[in-house]
Amino acid sequence: MVMTNVAAGSALRVDEVRKSFAVPDAPGTRRLVLDGISFSMAAGELVSLVGPSGCGKSTLLRLIAGLDLPDAGDLLVGEEEILGPSAERGLVFQDPNLFPWLTVRRNIEAGLVARGVLHEKRHEVDEFTRLVGLGAFGSAYPHHLSGGMSQRVALARALINHPKVLLLDEPLGALDAFTRMRMQDEVLRLWENRRTTMLLVTHDIDEAIYMSDRILVMTRAPGRIDRTIDIKLLRPRDRTSDSFLRLRSQILEHLHFAGKAADV
Amino acid sequence: MRPAAARTQLTFVRTQLKNNTADRLESRSALPWPIQLAVPVASLITFGIHLLFSKKWPPLETRSYVLLFWEILGVSIVLSIAQSFWAGLRQWMRHMWPIFTAAILLLGLWDVITSGFHLLPLPYFPGPATVLRSLISDRALLLDSTWHSLVLLLSGYTLGVIVGLVSGVCIGWSTSVRYWGMPLLKVVGPIPATAWIPLAMVVSPSAIVSAAGLIALAVWFPVTMLTASGVSNTRASYLDVARTLGAGRAYLIFRIAIPAAVPNIFIGLFMGLGASFLTLVVAESVGVKSGLGWYVSWAQGWAEYGKVYAALIIMAAFFSTVMTLLFKLRDRVLVWQKGMIKW
Repeated sequence: MVMTNVAAGSALRVDEVRKSFAVPDAPGTRRLVLDGISFSMAAGELVSLVGPSGCGKSTLLRLIAGLDLPDAGDLLVGEEEILGPSAERGLVFQDPNLFPWLTVRRNIEAGLVARGVLHEKRHEVDEFTRLVGLGAFGSAYPHHLSGGMSQRVALARALINHPKVLLLDEPLGALDAFTRMRMQDEVLRLWENRRTTMLLVTHDIDEAIYMSDRILVMTRAPGRIDRTIDIKLLRPRDRTSDSFLRLRSQILEHLHFAGKAADV
Repeated sequence: MRPAAARTQLTFVRTQLKNNTADRLESRSALPWPIQLAVPVASLITFGIHLLFSKKWPPLETRSYVLLFWEILGVSIVLSIAQSFWAGLRQWMRHMWPIFTAAILLLGLWDVITSGFHLLPLPYFPGPATVLRSLISDRALLLDSTWHSLVLLLSGYTLGVIVGLVSGVCIGWSTSVRYWGMPLLKVVGPIPATAWIPLAMVVSPSAIVSAAGLIALAVWFPVTMLTASGVSNTRASYLDVARTLGAGRAYLIFRIAIPAAVPNIFIGLFMGLGASFLTLVVAESVGVKSGLGWYVSWAQGWAEYGKVYAALIIMAAFFSTVMTLLFKLRDRVLVWQKGMIKW
């Protein structure tokens, strides 16, 4: 069922990637975390990655970000192989990881400073601060912000580099249910606005269906892509519509969660 | 603005308002009479004690001490009147007056123990009036000594901090520097700087230079240790995020690891400051022929214990001022941590 759309010109291509880690308790043995992952993403696509915890979703994201290197397989952005971290692949974690010693504004402009282009692109700092609705908070420090606000700053900080791919590692996982739904719309708005290719790791099936063009379902460790589900629903999507709920139960069934309660 | 953001901002503003209101409510209410009267009453008691005992021992010249009480009394009465118009002053008095009262009563107690009942042997324990007289009569030399101590302290401390920051960042960041540097730091660092005095005297051409070097050494160890631990304990996710933002090595070190280590660095700076005071006084009393440490041992040589205590008072004021300045600097630098630091 693996959909290997290995067409040239795709924004991101992951080809037969394997990754294992040394087991700290048992020297000499390695635990396989990713077992031949292959998929590709078209430019401007929003794809979700769901799967049981410990299936290697975050590991895969770190490989794409270039923070780790795979044991085998290829990772390509456009035609370029991923050999290390780069500003063209932004990463947003569940913890916003704002630099607490910098104000909101300085956090957002961090990428410009790091690349040494602050001087030419200073005007974009205001633009991105406003884009995430934090125009009034430019001089606030992160400890003043709520979880949702912090995550907006993290999004703006990643987007200001105009990344070719934005990697989101459960970015809304730590938020309360209401804030999360609001932030889902916020992320969708940013995506529709900028058409950044986004790869979203989530453990929330509703979130995946609500937001993405396509869902990649991963298996329990060692992780493989088990199934690809295209979501053809029109946006804005209705979380209570029949087709939404049908997709939901289909995915839950696939993950062997459906009807579990009845069995007990 | 989007409604969600507007709402969060409102909560933000509201919390700030609430905090301010609590402050303002307290400052608006009048200062209770017991607090207002505490300082004048305490100074009258202490003054009375003094009058009672100075009569017993006529040769004691205590004009300046008496004058001091008239001044305290006068100022406290003026402030008690002024505070009814000035809320800021009232707030300050509410906070400081109990401490001042205790300090003045302590002076009285000191007077009772020394010049009153002669419970402690003279000349080692003179009364407060004698100490104050020494303080005033020898003020030129004391001021000069303070100045020399300040110059020596600042030069040694600055040198130690600069070297400590550089070595701390290198040890904290680079694993190979840590491998070779850490054992050296762990073996040499804990030796008290003052233990090097015999060697420093031989090696260095001038006592001042060797004293500055010793102070620097005393400061270097804690600053290096804490800078290194702060830098090496930088949250890995900050570094990961910075890398995905396009950060190079210079950015990771100077814009991530060092700022993240600043709370730790300040602990090192405070520890280093304490060590530098100690080293300063010891170095001055054995080799250097100036400064407050020298003054204390010189006055002790002449058995002028009034001057010894006068110098100790100057030292207390001097060192605590320096310490306070460092606290102020920390509060300014670590404003992003506001509400998180408790020391």
